[in-house]
Amino acid sequence: MTTPSVLRFADVGRADVSAVGGKGAGLGELRRAGIRVPDGFVVTTTAFGATVAALDLGARVAALDPGDAAGVNAACAELRETVASAPLPPEVADAVVAGHRELAAACGTDDLPVAVRSSATSEDSAADSFAGLQDTYLWVRGADRVLDAVRRCWASLYSVESVTYRRRRGIPETDLAMAVVVQQMVDARSSGVMFTRSPLTGDRSVVAIDASWGLGSAVVSGDVTPDAFVVSKVTGEIVRRTVATKTRWHRPDPAGDGVLEDDVPDDLRDAPSVSDEEIAELVAVARTVEAHHGCPQDIEWAVSRTASPGEAIVLLQSRPETVWAEKDAAAARVATPTPRAYDHVLNALSGKPRSGA
Amino acid sequence: MSPPLSPPSGDQSFPLPSQIDAVPGAEGWEEMYPYFSRFQPEDDQRFWFYNSMHFPEVVPAFDGLTSEVPYTAIGANTARLFSFPTTMGIEYRIVNGRVYITANPVTDPAQIEARLAHFQERAGHYYANWDQLYAGWQTRIEALIAEIEAVEVPRLGELDDLSVVLESRGYASNHLLRENFHRCIDLYSTMWHHHTEFLMLGYGAYVVFFEFCQQAFPEMGDQTVARMVAGMDVTMYRPDDELKKLAALAVELDLADLFVEGSEPDKVLSGLAERGDAGARWLAALEEAKDPWFNVSVGDGFYHHHLSWADDLTVPFAALPRYVEQIRAGEDLTRPTERLAQERERIADEYRALLGSDEEKAAFDQMLGLCRQVFPYIESHKFYCEHWFTTRFFQKVRDFGRLLAERGVLAEADDVFHLRHLEVEEALVDVSLAWASGGAELGARHWQPIVRRRKQILEALAGWSPPPALGPVPESLNDPAVKMLWGVTDETMSWGPVFGKIAAAVSDIGGTMSHAAIVAREYGMPAVVGTGQATAKIRTGDRVRVDGDRGLVTVLRETP
Repeated sequence: MTTPSVLRFADVGRADVSAVGGKGAGLGELRRAGIRVPDGFVVTTTAFGATVAALDLGARVAALDPGDAAGVNAACAELRETVASAPLPPEVADAVVAGHRELAAACGTDDLPVAVRSSATSEDSAADSFAGLQDTYLWVRGADRVLDAVRRCWASLYSVESVTYRRRRGIPETDLAMAVVVQQMVDARSSGVMFTRSPLTGDRSVVAIDASWGLGSAVVSGDVTPDAFVVSKVTGEIVRRTVATKTRWHRPDPAGDGVLEDDVPDDLRDAPSVSDEEIAELVAVARTVEAHHGCPQDIEWAVSRTASPGEAIVLLQSRPETVWAEKDAAAARVATPTPRAYDHVLNALSGKPRSGA
Repeated sequence: MSPPLSPPSGDQSFPLPSQIDAVPGAEGWEEMYPYFSRFQPEDDQRFWFYNSMHFPEVVPAFDGLTSEVPYTAIGANTARLFSFPTTMGIEYRIVNGRVYITANPVTDPAQIEARLAHFQERAGHYYANWDQLYAGWQTRIEALIAEIEAVEVPRLGELDDLSVVLESRGYASNHLLRENFHRCIDLYSTMWHHHTEFLMLGYGAYVVFFEFCQQAFPEMGDQTVARMVAGMDVTMYRPDDELKKLAALAVELDLADLFVEGSEPDKVLSGLAERGDAGARWLAALEEAKDPWFNVSVGDGFYHHHLSWADDLTVPFAALPRYVEQIRAGEDLTRPTERLAQERERIADEYRALLGSDEEKAAFDQMLGLCRQVFPYIESHKFYCEHWFTTRFFQKVRDFGRLLAERGVLAEADDVFHLRHLEVEEALVDVSLAWASGGAELGARHWQPIVRRRKQILEALAGWSPPPALGPVPESLNDPAVKMLWGVTDETMSWGPVFGKIAAAVSDIGGTMSHAAIVAREYGMPAVVGTGQATAKIRTGDRVRVDGDRGLVTVLRETP
């Protein structure tokens, strides 16, 4: 059975990466774990196949000389333009427009702002990072603009970096696929990222939260130095609390479409962007997500400006933490049992160097 | 207790002992302390730091004993009893009335190796038989307290008692001046040897577990480690628990109106005396609680003038009105030990579950188990040693002072604390001779000017700011045993008794397993420990904010 061009979040889970990409599968999975996630749908790899693969651009990529920077540059620009302006097969366009209309209806509005983000199918995280992770279109209104953003996400596969990477690694163009997530936009009062272990020390007993005012893109892009909190999972105590001077924020353009990046009002700059109660809620959510996945997670979250308290925290993404996972695999044990408990002390005070110490 | 107390490090430079200026008006202070406590020229080569935790004030002449005796005991324990491989003991010096200390590390590998074999045998014996030996300690320390309580200051009447003759005791009572005073000093020394008996071994267990937690969970706060270790039945909470019980009794007996903020103990006591049966019942309960639970010093047992609750009821009575008020408001003041115990297990279980391997989990359980085994001694010995015994000890010395005052040698009883203990013996010989010969004591002319002078010296020295350290800073001092020895000082103030009165706790020195940190957590109040300089920077009357989460103490308004 062929996967449809569009799948709702409610219908996908972690087994569906090949159809809806990592991000789409992750969001579906979060919903299954009972986590609050803004609703949405995924434009599947089937739609990609019907639209982009049908353009048969593989030969043009294969013909490129990776040593010829100027040539690659120009060719990639052309390829992206081709994808971005390619006519959508009617069944794909209809499915996306219908998906968008149903989403808007479910959210109780006919003018729903959405986020459109690429969702890569590759398990190669480096490939992912070239394949348009930057291609996130926020606060998109209207079906036409959504269709546009979807095509631009696909086009990001033909960025110079992405193409060069595939050529260097010998990744065949026929393997190329990308899903695109279309998700209800949250008017975030505050947002940020959190790790279910310390990114600094790898400590698994804490959740490290970065938070700032407005949309999460300010934090992810590094446009602002966020507030930083380290919270013990075990005791719930805020072990470290750094309230930064937050000079920049990203927010919906009052003109109606897109995102405005500007200065944070004076009275908010030095105020903590999340309350202690919200921090506690974030930690609880983080622990649930980590337990559901069985490994430390890297999570994007937001506090909705409009939702009622207690329901304001939503997750926008969760993926396995990778940096420390690799270090863990290589690290020695901190300690091993001794024949008698007090041998630990006798060894420590022996004046001899200790392993692991 | 990471390193409980680390000497300052880095490029800081400190004055040399020989560079310390004389304090005007304090000339002759050296006479107050033994010769071996004075800085020597060669001491300039070594690093010393000011033990501000135990000796935050100028040390009066008699109180020099509270550094002399503890350091004979702790050093003997590590250097000669248990043969700690990498450290001998602590040396101390007194300058301008302040106590400086340095540890003597063992650095020669051959010597370390030789000491290690003995250490394993000796320390191993104590760890392997900990519970049994600790039970023995408990018996010994209680017997020792009974002994100090039984010491009597002899009565020197016109004639000795007839019984001395009829029972042919064979010596007159002036002999007991010497013997019984000596007995006090001897028992004090024994107490300090008992005090240190398990101390370093107990800290060793802590250090190992803290280091493990710091490696496994680098972000885990020291206090959280301490919470996994802390036991529920802590002797130092008892005095405060007794106060709460007395407060509850006052409410029950309808005596609450007598306990109002700012009321003097005498006034409360006389008020109780007028309240018939109820008052009598409360006073009986007070007497019951007092022995032993009011033998708790308002300091930590290193100064004669840090009186106990039993000596001065002001402190306990100042805490009562608030407890009475809370109980009347229906609050339950008993410590929720069951909930605390469950919470302790939950925390330990969660950290254990976060460890990556079964091996680490097994090691965690071994270390935690050992810490919990040593915890009762570490927490309880303070009550028996620094508080109960030491209260009795100073009371006895004060009794000898009273005798010297009665015999005209001193102007008043407390002046005895301005003589070194050897000088007290000398003054007692004066009394002994005068009583024996029928002559007069000659001490008034000799000692009273000395006491007057020493009081002036103490006043002059009180204005001196001691440098936190002296001499060249060593390259590194990372040996855990040496750090533990520096940090013997970590066994902090006894906060329990004052916690009823305060809203937050701040300490100069102290970490992790420090009593202040544990007690603060248990009382649910913010605490910042190990600030290094709070007592120098905060003045009485300042309004301060204590942010326990961030470890910040802010002076909001300085006292005018």
